[in-house]
Amino acid sequence: MTTVQAETTRAQEAAKTAIPTGTWKSDPVHSHVGFAVKHMVVATFRGTFTDFDVTLANQGDEPGLYGVIGTDSVQVRDENLKGHLLSPDFFDAERFPEITFTSTQIRAQGDELVVDGDLTIKGTTKRVEARGRINGPAAHPAGGERIGIDLETQVDRTEFGLNWNAPVPSGGVAVADEVTLTVHLELAKED
Amino acid sequence: MRVLGISGSLRRDSHNTRLLRVAAELMPPPAELVLFEGLKDVPPYDEDDDGDLVPEAVRRLRNAIAAADGVLIATPEYNSSIPGQLKNALDWVSRPPAGNVLRNKPVAVVGASTGSFGAVWAQAETRKVLGSTGARVLDLELPVAGADRAFRPNRLADEELQARLAAILAELVEAVAERHLVAA
Repeated sequence: MTTVQAETTRAQEAAKTAIPTGTWKSDPVHSHVGFAVKHMVVATFRGTFTDFDVTLANQGDEPGLYGVIGTDSVQVRDENLKGHLLSPDFFDAERFPEITFTSTQIRAQGDELVVDGDLTIKGTTKRVEARGRINGPAAHPAGGERIGIDLETQVDRTEFGLNWNAPVPSGGVAVADEVTLTVHLELAKED
Repeated sequence: MRVLGISGSLRRDSHNTRLLRVAAELMPPPAELVLFEGLKDVPPYDEDDDGDLVPEAVRRLRNAIAAADGVLIATPEYNSSIPGQLKNALDWVSRPPAGNVLRNKPVAVVGASTGSFGAVWAQAETRKVLGSTGARVLDLELPVAGADRAFRPNRLADEELQARLAAILAELVEAVAERHLVAA
């Protein structure tokens, strides 16, 4: 027997992973694009990008998620480190000013949002699978609708040519190869 | 296209300066290699002296690098590492960190020593330092061993080494050309 509670739960699950129709654009103030990587073997170092533009487009058929990040907008708390990250040792921002993502498939798995897509960093494109959630829509007090998307994936930075490293005297290396990429997006529906 | 040659050795009859002179002969026209002569005048790095006004020798070095499309460094090896005066000069040039004149500049490193390893460790460490400054460092090396016997007038005695030097110069010129394409 299906209970009211079970139906409500299923409806809530569906709401979590349903892809709303329309075109949705990221709100740069209330969104976050960042990365995390093991540093000095034991710690987690985080950085962000402040210049990005993400669009979720869903006209009722195959939804698509597209993102572009300005590489030189990387934010860390040291100008020397920022300079090194923008240099050919890491992102090589002069030659590769943008990081891009284009989804190839968006699907719901349980209460999880799963987005497959092509991630291009430093001119190299790799297929990645990002997992997370989609929430909303919610009405904005100033008008219009908003949705939230949270996604996370792991990449091996060396596959994109970000190879710099340095041995730590006590063992291991300064920066791990595996990097976690995270987005927390608030997207506004376009009229 | 102008490449600035910097010898890490100050000695008048330096093997590394001679290596740069060989490189100058091998540069594919219209590219030219110009030797930087003022390394010995660069004072020890002191942040108190590093601001809007810097010592004249430092200003000359920074201007010479800024005016060049690429840089070729020839380094000897002192105690398995970079000669102090060359490292000191790179430390000066690396400032200010966000906009120093080496940032994105194509740079190749070669080296000569009288020993049997041809300054290979000094070259590796110079590449590491250059990478840290934000330069576009070519992942190539030219270890000229037995430097006191390695030269003939205007060339390297070893045909293979001579060809490798020419190949490194060709890659440096190509990196400069690619950078110009990006900037265009």
